[in-house]
Formats: sequence, C-alpha cells, structure tokens
Amino acid sequence: MKKGLFAFLTTAPLLFLSGCESKLVVFDPQGPVARSITDLINWSLIWMLLVVVVVFGLFGYIVWKYRERKDNLDYEPPDEHGSTILEIIWTAIPILIVVALTIPTVKTLYALEEVPQGYEDKEPITIHVTSADWKWIFSYPEEGIETVNYVNIPADTPILFKLTSASTMQSFWVPALGGQKYTMGKMETEMYLIADHPGSYEGQNTNFNGRGYADMKFEVLAQTRAEYDKWVQEVKETAPKLTEEEYEELLKPTHLGRLTFSNTHLDWVNHADHNSKTYTHPELYRGHGYQGKIFEEEDNYRNKTNDDIEKHDHHEDTEHGGDHSGH
Amino acid sequence: MGIKWNEFFITGDPLILGSQIAIVLTMVGIVAGVTYLKKWKWLWSEWITTVDHKRIGIMYIISGVLMFFRGGMDGLLMKAQTSRPEMEFLDAQHYNEIFTTHGVIMILFMAMPMLIGIMNVVVPLQIGARDVAFPQLNALSFWLFFGGAMLFNISFVIGGSPDAGWTSYFPLAGKEFSPGIGNNYYAVALQIAGIGTLLSGINFVVTILKMRTKGMTLMKMPMFTWTSFIASVIIIAAFPIFTVALALMTFDRLYGAHFFTLSGGGLDMLWANLFWLWGHPEVYILVLPAFGIYSEIISTFSRKTLFGYKSMVLSILIIAFLSMVVWVHHFYTMGSGPAVNSIFSITTMAIAVPTGIKIFNWLFTMRKGRIKMTNAMLWSLAFVPCFIIGGVTGVMLGMGAADYQYHNTLFLVAHFHYTIIPGVVFAVFAALYYWWPKMFGFTLNEKIGRWHFWLFVIGFNATFMPMFFLGLDGAVRRSYTYSVESGFAPLFLVSAIGSVILALGFFAFCYNIYWSIRHADRNITGDPWNARTLEWATASPVQPYNFAKLPEVDGLDPFWKMKKNNEGLTIKDSDIEEIHMPSNSGLPFFMGVVFGVAGFFLVFEWHIAAAIAAIGIIAGLIYRSFDYDEGYHIPVDEIKETESKWRNVEGEVHNYVK
Repeated sequence: MKKGLFAFLTTAPLLFLSGCESKLVVFDPQGPVARSITDLINWSLIWMLLVVVVVFGLFGYIVWKYRERKDNLDYEPPDEHGSTILEIIWTAIPILIVVALTIPTVKTLYALEEVPQGYEDKEPITIHVTSADWKWIFSYPEEGIETVNYVNIPADTPILFKLTSASTMQSFWVPALGGQKYTMGKMETEMYLIADHPGSYEGQNTNFNGRGYADMKFEVLAQTRAEYDKWVQEVKETAPKLTEEEYEELLKPTHLGRLTFSNTHLDWVNHADHNSKTYTHPELYRGHGYQGKIFEEEDNYRNKTNDDIEKHDHHEDTEHGGDHSGH
Repeated sequence: MGIKWNEFFITGDPLILGSQIAIVLTMVGIVAGVTYLKKWKWLWSEWITTVDHKRIGIMYIISGVLMFFRGGMDGLLMKAQTSRPEMEFLDAQHYNEIFTTHGVIMILFMAMPMLIGIMNVVVPLQIGARDVAFPQLNALSFWLFFGGAMLFNISFVIGGSPDAGWTSYFPLAGKEFSPGIGNNYYAVALQIAGIGTLLSGINFVVTILKMRTKGMTLMKMPMFTWTSFIASVIIIAAFPIFTVALALMTFDRLYGAHFFTLSGGGLDMLWANLFWLWGHPEVYILVLPAFGIYSEIISTFSRKTLFGYKSMVLSILIIAFLSMVVWVHHFYTMGSGPAVNSIFSITTMAIAVPTGIKIFNWLFTMRKGRIKMTNAMLWSLAFVPCFIIGGVTGVMLGMGAADYQYHNTLFLVAHFHYTIIPGVVFAVFAALYYWWPKMFGFTLNEKIGRWHFWLFVIGFNATFMPMFFLGLDGAVRRSYTYSVESGFAPLFLVSAIGSVILALGFFAFCYNIYWSIRHADRNITGDPWNARTLEWATASPVQPYNFAKLPEVDGLDPFWKMKKNNEGLTIKDSDIEEIHMPSNSGLPFFMGVVFGVAGFFLVFEWHIAAAIAAIGIIAGLIYRSFDYDEGYHIPVDEIKETESKWRNVEGEVHNYVK
C-alpha cells in the first residue's frame, strides 16, 4: 500500500505534465510575453523535478533500508550527531539551485516591464482597461472608441494596457498572452501584451471581488492589421456615443453583455487619476444578513459640486451618513 | 435602536436553517446531558477555571478538532459545489461566505489552537517545568481565543458571514462594497482571538527563557521547544501588525474612516501589505512547531538522536528571519516594479535553503536508525514527500515573473494546501498519536489509526494534486462555478471525490478517539514509545505538578541518557518536598465572555451596548490587580501517594523507594 502511494506521488505529476503539456494554457503561449514566462516556468520545472527525484529517491531508500524488521530488533543504532561535510553539501547545492533560478527570474521581471524584444520599433497601441463590478471596460484613446467585455487588438503589435479600476482591486489576466496585473482605483498599472497570430483568447479577473466575480470574463480578439483598422473605422461610424449618465449607470454592479461606443469615458473621468471622483453605490451591495451603517463620501460622484446644486432638490447636508438611495 | 430580526437571523436557506436547528439541538443536548450527569460542578472546577497548562492544552486541542469539523464541512460544501460545471448547489454569495470562513477557521481557529494546545501540553514538560510562567494569563489566552472563535462561528446563522475572503482585501471588505455586518465579525472576532494568541506568545517566550530546569542550556533544549520558542518570538513580532490592521479596518467599517477605502484617499495596497506582513510570518508560526514535532517523532522512532542539531537550530533562526521579509511575494502582481519583485523573489526562494537543510537532517536522522512504523511515525514519513511537492511549487511561485501566471489560480491553492496540510495537519495528527498517552493515559488504536492515515493521505493527494493542473489551465480560485466548455470538469470531479476520502479519514480519526476512550488499555507506562525527552520521565497522564522532583539535564535527549545510565529514575521519600501551585480562577473565563459579548455588540454596531459590556473588561482588569491569591501547596503525603502509585508498576522504569 505504501509503495502504491509512493508510485502515485512520484509519477502522477510527470504523467500529467507530459500528457497535458500541449493543452494547459500556461504551457501553450500565444505571444512573446507569455512565452518568456513559459520558458522560465519550464526552466524551473527541470530543477524542481531534479529535487523531487533526488529527495524522493533518498527518502524511499532510507525508509526501506532502515525500517524495523523482525530480524533487526536487536540492532542498536549508532550515536551519531551530524556531519559537517554533509551539512555543507546540502546547504550549498540548494543555494546553487536558487541562484540558477534567480538569474532568469530577475531578467524576466525586468524584461516584462518593457516592450518585448524584437518589437521595439513597432508603435504600441495604448488601451485603457477599467475594471468595474462586474465588467471590463476597454478605452482606445487614440481611436476614440470604447468596448465593454471584449477587446480587439491587431496581432503582432505590442499593446500597452493601462490598468485601473472603478471599484475593487481586480486582476487583469489573459493567460495565453501573458501574466496578470492588478487593477486598482485611483492608480495605474501597466503591462504589454502581444498576440503572435489572429485568434480569440479568453481573459478574466482573478482577484475575487464579490458576487459577480465568476462571470468577469472577456474576450481578446486578435485580428490582422487590416481587419482591425476596418473594425475601428466601423465602430467610429456606427457605434452610439456613451453619455455620462449612461456611464454612471454602467458602473453599477451588474452583468452586461458586450457594448461598443464611439467615444470614451476618459473624456470626463479617468479612474486612474488620484483625485478622480469615486463611483461607489454601497446601497446596491446589500445582500442578506444584518445591514450596517453606510457612510457618505465627499468625493462621491453623486455629491454634485456647488454650481449644480440648484439643479437638484435641496437636501440637508449629509454629514452624519445615511442611505443615499433615498434621495 | 430597532433591531431588524429578519436581518438578525439569517433566513431563507435550507442549509443554514438546518444548521440553526442543529446548533439549538446540540446546545440543548449538552446542557441536558451535563445536568443529567450532574457534571456542572466538575466542569467548572476542573476545566473552565483551570490554570493547569496540560488541561488548557487539551481544551485548545478539543476546540481545534471541533473547528476542524466546521472548516472541513465548509471545504466539503465547496467541493460539492465545484464537483460539476454550472452546479446549482450553492449560489455565489453562499460560496463566497463559505470559502471565507473555511480559510479563517482552518488557519486561525483550527491550526493555531491545535499547535498552541500541543505547545501547552508539551513545552513545560520538555523543559522540566511545573507550569508555564504565567498560568492564569495562559487561561486568559485560551478563553480569549475561544471567545473570538465562537463569535466568528455564529456569524453564519446570526447577522451574516464575512464574505471577502480570508485575506479580506480592501476596498472589497469595506463598507463601500460590503455594507452588511459580516465583515465586522472578521475585524472584531479575529482581534479578540489575536489578543489571546499574542499573550500566548509572550507567555511561552518567558516560560522557555526563564523556566528551564537545571542544566538545560538553550542548546540543550529539545527541538520542539526550540521551534515553539521561535514561533512565539514570531508571534510577538507579527501579531501586533495584525492587531493594528484590524483596528484600522474596524475604524473604516464602523466609523467611516478612510485607511483602506476607495474614496477619501484610502489606500487598499496598505491593507495588503499589513495583512501579509502578519500573514506570511503567521504560516511560519504554524509550520515551525510542526517541524519540531517531526524532529521529536523521527528521532524517537528511529532510535537515534536528531542529526545536525546545531544546523537545525540555525535553520529555524534563518527561517524566522526570512519569514519577516518575504510578504510582497503575495502580490507581485500589484505592480511594485521589477526591483522590488526581484528582491522578494530572492528572499522567498532563499527559504528553500534552510528548509532543505531540515529535510536532509530528518532523512539522515533515519539513516542507520531502526525505523518503527507507528502511526505517529507514518504521519511524519508521509510529511516528507508531500511537503516536498508543496516546497518545490512554492519555489516556483516565489519566482516573481512566473507568479504572474500562477497568481490567484488553483495552482496557488494547491500549493498552500500542500504546505499547510502536510506541514501542519499531518504534524498535528502525528503529535496527537505521539503525545496522546501523555495527555490521557492511553494510546490511540494503531489499527484504526492506519485507516485514518491511509484514507487521509490518499484523499489529500487526490483532492489537491488535480488543482495544480487546473490552475495551470487557467482555473482561478474563489470562483463558485465554471463552464462546461472550460474542460475543467474531470479534474474538479477527481478533486471532489478526493475530498470525500479525506473526510472519511477524519471520521476514522474521530472514531479512533471514541473507540480508544471506550476500550484502550489504561495500563501503560510513563514511557510507552521508549522516547528520549523529559516529558516521558513522568507519569502518563501527567500529575498536576508534572515532576515530584525537578530533573537535571546535561545534554540532548536527557531521558534517553537517564534510562541508559539508570540515573535519576528513582525517587526517595527524602527527595519529596511540598509543591507550590497556582490557584484556579474563574476570571479568564469571565473575561472571555465579556470580550465575546462586547465584541458581539460591536459587530452589530450597537455602540452603547458594546461600551456597557466593555465595562466588564475594565472590571475584570481591576479585580485582577487586587487579586492577592498566592496559590496553594500540595502536601508531601499527597505527592508520596501519587508517586508511589505510578512508579514500581510492571514495565515502568521508574522506582519509588522509602
């Protein structure tokens, strides 16, 4: 029984890896960014398998050889306290392995911050990504268009994603094209992605953000340059304009399908801006259970500035909090 | 105030309704049972008011087993929900609450009390002391932990569970996105339990520094004592950070402050940093004592002294230091820049070096030994390969750039279960099989123990091994469902089946406890395993005063030497003197209750009621500062009687002579 477990433990990972390597998304990169990470992972796997094989082998050998049997009951183990040489060896070897892993890790970490090698002379396209509950908003400032829950990109072109969030901390991940990065309100993170070929790749949020988390997926559609340009032109000509009111509605915690607009919300708010208004709706997050007090926030977008107070009914100053939805 | 009772009790879910009924019935059952057996007085004077480190340890362990049951049920519900794609067993909200409570309960209310319980039972015995340095404080630690744990546990039937993950990341966990009071439970209950843990840490540092018996220098301490000592030091270093973070969270949620909020200039990254500045050392607080447990057991059942004692001590010191400087590896993806991520990649991977030293030292402790396959030893053996898998995947995750693809996926979830379950849960089982006779005077059944072992280990691997591959295929954590098209279904099903096997293993363990209480042989010696350290040099179960005469030590494995040289095993009438003992006290229990009640009101944001209840805390402190009880003395005759009873029996190496 013990042997069986042992065999399972040693062979299961190998079987899975060799059998599925071509299918698992992380091992099937579709762009140079993802490929550089996959190379690093493969490099680490070699070393880790070596560690596993050596230690499992040593473990199996020692346990089997020195197990108590009926014929060695009178064997009295020696009084042994250690061995400096051995201890130096098994300190030094892991240090060397760590060094062997550190060098490519650091190199990759720095490389991932730049336009990928070989693409330096290609003009990157900038796309602003705004995560909200529970949808992804993609704004193309140069093209002046905006999409929700899908993003079209030209293949073989570096895309600079500028990430921010209109709500909670979320994580932007397109595993086939590269690693992930957090989106956070009132700040901006950046990452480059490139798709080798036209194709459809799934992206999703990996950082838990409440009830709608599981459905926070989007499609990255890589097109040829010509197709992409045609699509941009089409959107500009046919898609409706997004108004500020519609946008405010859009940021409420809902699930939406795909939307397309021929302008961007960056015209009136960039959530990456540290002093931007806060678009939160605590009252819409009430679920079951006992409800606590909700606080008024001065920088909430619904607290209109002085000059448009007259547009609204006068209501008491809301220093003491309370439910906003009543107004 | 106007309590909304329909919000106060969670309604509308058959699973929760069932739990509510079960809780009420269990409580009625316990009260009726204790009353029928007329055990109230016994319960009060022998257990609730006790300051005996062994009994406090046992209460910690019982709480830990109960919490294991609760956390395990959460785990099974999650596995049932994800066993098939697009399953409609739990809705998203319910699933979110369950993985949150699963995480919090398993880490803070299962693993922590199990290990602190074992530390309580074993450390004073191993260093030849009669109790911890501050026995009443020790009881207070327990009751604060217990109060916090109970407060947290009622959340799912009263008021609503926290639902922002065990990491409780902001701004999600703030009022802007979680207006229900569920996350108040997190802030308040963990605060109360955390105070208890911090007090424990202080207590054990002082105990180990000041209470060691004659001759036991630091470098002659047993390895479990060493690891408990270092874990306690990390507790003192790390828990205050959590205390501060939770206090800030409380201000944000209860009083509208802006430490971590989206609006008003709050900084969500600050929470992540504070949380992991505590959270990462926390996992070493768990795993270091577990390493100590393995060291004791492997040495005992290999009949050899621990290989490379000095490098073992050095490596735990290095691990303790590194544990404080790796927290950023939990959020490489936050965009801190390549320089920061590089530094933390290096510190993270560096932990593999001292851990590797320990693994090889354990292997070489067994080499040339005579390995006796008891249940305690089997758990220690299974730990090695399972933990290696957790360790190598940990190194892979530690490589910042690679982590961009693993982060928040099931690969990560598989990794930390492969470290925490072999690293802590296996150790707890090993420790319970090993020290059970010391606590209760009988051993657990080895045969049922085998069922427990094989079911649990196989179930564990079947549950978590598939998750590595799911993660590499893009399956994210904390997602309550997945599509048919994703292709995740087969591996999720394997994992769900594995969790059932795992649960069967746990039930075999519970059955083993039941069977052994009923049927196990009570006629055992103080030293049933032919062990090496001082806790085995006294009776099983241990007398209230631990040692009639405090032992003297001049090296490692002192009890082994005593047996070998036949020294110090005999006690004479003239050796016995009166022993000074601390008195029992109801105050720690009272403090646990008022902390729990005040905390409950605070959770519901009933500030005036909370303030009134908090007066009880002040009153307890005042009462304690005027407490002049100096304890009592056990008379010589009573000690003589106790000692002569357990010595001189068949199979016992200890003698009693007039």
